[in-house]
Amino acid sequence: MSVLHSAPRFTLIDGLKGSVSSALGDHLVEAHEEHGELLFTVHRASIEDALRILRDDFDYQQLMEIAGVDYPSRAERFEVVYMLLSVTKNSRIMVKCTASEDTPVPTVTTLWPNAGWLEREVFDMYGVLFDGNPDLRRILTDYGFEGHPFRKDFPLTGYVELRYSEDQKRVVYEPVELAQDLRQFDFMSPWEGADYVLPGDEKADMPPIDDPKVTEKPSDTGAGAKTDKHAAEKVSKAAPAEKDADVDAPAPEPTEDQPNRAKRKGKTTDTAKATEPEKGDE
Amino acid sequence: MSTGLQIEESPTTGDETITNYTINFGPQHPAAHGVLRMVMELDGEIIERIDPHVGLLHRGTEKLIEHKTYLQALPYFDRLDYCSPLAQEYSYVLAIEKLLNVEVPERGQYLRVLFAELTRICNHMLNIGAHVMDVGAMTPNLWVFELREDCMNFFERMSGARMHHAWLRPGGVHQDVPEKLLVDIGEWIDTRLPELFGDAMSLVLDNRIFKQRNVDIAVVSKDDALAWGFSGPMIRAAGIPWDLRKSQPYDVYDRMEFDIPVGTNSDCYDRFVVRVKEVYESAKIIKQCLAQMPSGPVSSTDRKVVPPKRAEMKQSMEALIHHFKLYTEGFHVPAGEVYVATESPKGEFGVYLVSDGSNKPYRCKIRPTAFSHLQAMDFMCKGHMLPDATAILGAIDVVFGECDR
Repeated sequence: MSVLHSAPRFTLIDGLKGSVSSALGDHLVEAHEEHGELLFTVHRASIEDALRILRDDFDYQQLMEIAGVDYPSRAERFEVVYMLLSVTKNSRIMVKCTASEDTPVPTVTTLWPNAGWLEREVFDMYGVLFDGNPDLRRILTDYGFEGHPFRKDFPLTGYVELRYSEDQKRVVYEPVELAQDLRQFDFMSPWEGADYVLPGDEKADMPPIDDPKVTEKPSDTGAGAKTDKHAAEKVSKAAPAEKDADVDAPAPEPTEDQPNRAKRKGKTTDTAKATEPEKGDE
Repeated sequence: MSTGLQIEESPTTGDETITNYTINFGPQHPAAHGVLRMVMELDGEIIERIDPHVGLLHRGTEKLIEHKTYLQALPYFDRLDYCSPLAQEYSYVLAIEKLLNVEVPERGQYLRVLFAELTRICNHMLNIGAHVMDVGAMTPNLWVFELREDCMNFFERMSGARMHHAWLRPGGVHQDVPEKLLVDIGEWIDTRLPELFGDAMSLVLDNRIFKQRNVDIAVVSKDDALAWGFSGPMIRAAGIPWDLRKSQPYDVYDRMEFDIPVGTNSDCYDRFVVRVKEVYESAKIIKQCLAQMPSGPVSSTDRKVVPPKRAEMKQSMEALIHHFKLYTEGFHVPAGEVYVATESPKGEFGVYLVSDGSNKPYRCKIRPTAFSHLQAMDFMCKGHMLPDATAILGAIDVVFGECDR
């Protein structure tokens, strides 16, 4: 496929995939190239050794980023992706390993000091543990936060919300209450990606009906009696013709305020109290 | 929570006991450039240890993006680093284009480069002004803010918005700009910018107080700059001529002629001067863009990615269908993962985009520039005086919308 896009063009080193793969040896699980980027998957236990080889032998001096990704359907649900940059060879690669909630990943703070915060962030957001990180505290979430918000099973709205309590004179957390449901639209085309049964589709599997409905006679159609022929007349006989209307007659009395009218019966209540201020209050 | 809040016992000098004490810098402090809390352990006025607490502006942008279509997620990037919004959009649209393999027409590429550079000038105006104000000068800040205001007016004429443009789109830019705007930018680059900016910098660059506050403050060696993941002006001030626009060019940066200013001493003063020089280099790039820009479409004509223009939509049934589908369901991006980083005014701003083939990103990890720089605060500040911390922080050029995401 020819490259049409204009994204950053870094140097593509010939045979890099092969040479890195052979240098990583047993550490390597799989290597592939997509969209012009090299991705190496290595065993979790040997991530530090693998990155050390890449840093020292392949001149990837900088660790730009550590990203966590959550794939809940997998046995080891998390991926930890390390983005490496070589400023001398002008090359980027990605190295990743998998992890679960209770399998710690060896830290790489021994290789790059800035891995400290990057690992803290992955820990904070996904709950991936980093073995050997000297300061594995939460970093982005609030003090005392519980849970790992970027996991796919963590709701977008979270569990708690924050407000200032006038009584306690401090900020308090309370269970989240939504005035309106969070709007989650399903944009997938029902002809392509929907994994639910479309309304009406459940009838497709129903067994055929023994006694089919027929419309042999007019009474079978359920249409009722024929319409009255008078219904075809455009103006009813009782209606006064427009030309007879008395144009000079005074306008009719307004109907809103009629004290003489008899009081309504039944459950009708007087709404005046609700809508008008009481005279005595003023 | 932290171990830094206890008072540590120091060795006594015989008759009296000297103890280190711990203070809070921030979270609401004018020199903290936003909401940053730094727990500082001081020995007198000497900084012994700094523990920056970030995340006070964490809004969960990456999680929100996972719940939006690719186009709906774009405006979140303006709100990351709100001082250089276009530069954040840039990485994101390039990442999408890389996954889709969409071609952007030449005029679109030139427009993107032009306004990305104007964004760089706009960003540096803020940082340069804030930095000099952090160390005590008032006037230059007011002057360069006038230039920033000019940039904002240009942005308003470009996209209708002064700050949150949402103007770069996968496949190009949203709308072409008026011809008069390009003329005005060219005139501004030739006259007002060099005059006013030169005046303002003449007050600062050789100023004795400014130098006393910045020279030899927070010297970082080349090796340290690499190991701590520095990028942008921070790594260039350390003497490493590393600029993604030059080494990993995107769009039409490979046709531009510009120099990369580098520092020699790797201190706060060098970082400041690198930014000052970059403003002039950006001006050069803008002039080249104006001279070379061809006419033609500004965004891809691939109707499965870029919606048709409104006039076309009113006339053609097919265009109406494309318009409707792209603004409701959006486009589907082929499965895959890419990491795309561009040279934002503050350094390397990267987007790691994982697509599962649907119309929403499966994961969008944003690589902020400030995260690695701020992490180095501790080792950069060690042994310096308390007021130096503001100069060091100013020279990092940190914006918390981006750092905390």
